[in-house]
Amino acid sequence: MIAISSTLAMILSYLESMVPLSFAVPGIKIGLANIVIVFVMYRLGIKQAIAVSFIRLIWAAIIFGSFATFVYSASGAVLSLAGMGILKLTNKFSTVGVSVAGGILHNAGQIIAAAVLMGTAQIVYYMPVLIVSGLATGVIIGVVAALTVKKIPKSVI
Amino acid sequence: MIINNKKARNDIVLISAVILLALISFFAIYLNRTEGGYAQIIQNGVETDVYPLDKEAEIDIPSDNGGYNRLIIKDGCAEIVSASCPDGLCISQGKVKFNGETIVCLPNKLVIKIVSGTDPDVDIIS
Ligand SMILES: [Zn+2]
Repeated sequence: MIAISSTLAMILSYLESMVPLSFAVPGIKIGLANIVIVFVMYRLGIKQAIAVSFIRLIWAAIIFGSFATFVYSASGAVLSLAGMGILKLTNKFSTVGVSVAGGILHNAGQIIAAAVLMGTAQIVYYMPVLIVSGLATGVIIGVVAALTVKKIPKSVI
Repeated sequence: MIINNKKARNDIVLISAVILLALISFFAIYLNRTEGGYAQIIQNGVETDVYPLDKEAEIDIPSDNGGYNRLIIKDGCAEIVSASCPDGLCISQGKVKFNGETIVCLPNKLVIKIVSGTDPDVDIIS
């Protein structure tokens, strides 16, 4: 199951890299693969979601090769997973709330990594934009993940 | 069902808090901004050059990877008009002129930063 989910997450990341999303901050992706991560988190569990995320990260590092890109995606993924895991454990939020936290932390992690790597703290100026974009994608991903958790029969995944 | 409503309510509280945070940080930045005097060129985290914003200029900035970014300074604004990077995000970031504003090009490891003086680090220390 983790293998199938990981493959799906990779395909989504790949599709995303094919579509150049012109955006205020370089290197920031909307995180389509997060649909799979949220789905796995709800269907299989947090540990499995971490596994899928980890496999996707390693794969992206091999394909895209650049150390900088790896640091961005890794810090985004780690922060986002931590936040989503904690919110999921409280059992007080739906997939939408969890993935909104994930979306924002995903962006925050990348911006912090960018600020450190580029040696300029001024990148935090993009924070408002990132919060809003993380929120928007988080809501969309949360709704899609909720639908897939509901519609995809347990016998399939 | 009751549990789901509770969760939906918590979601909305979370989303509202996030929107509030975005608004506060936006206004904090917006109200504190002042027009800068210089465009600082930072490559690989090190300042390599600085240009006054009140003097029109067109500069090609070479990068380590053999690429370039063309910086134009006009009407008190700095802007990247063309670049070798594949994503072109530095171009789409448009014009900057306020202190602390940046144009970032990740592929070419370049940051254009607007500062008030030519040596802001010294300003901070003194
Ligand atoms: Zn660029």
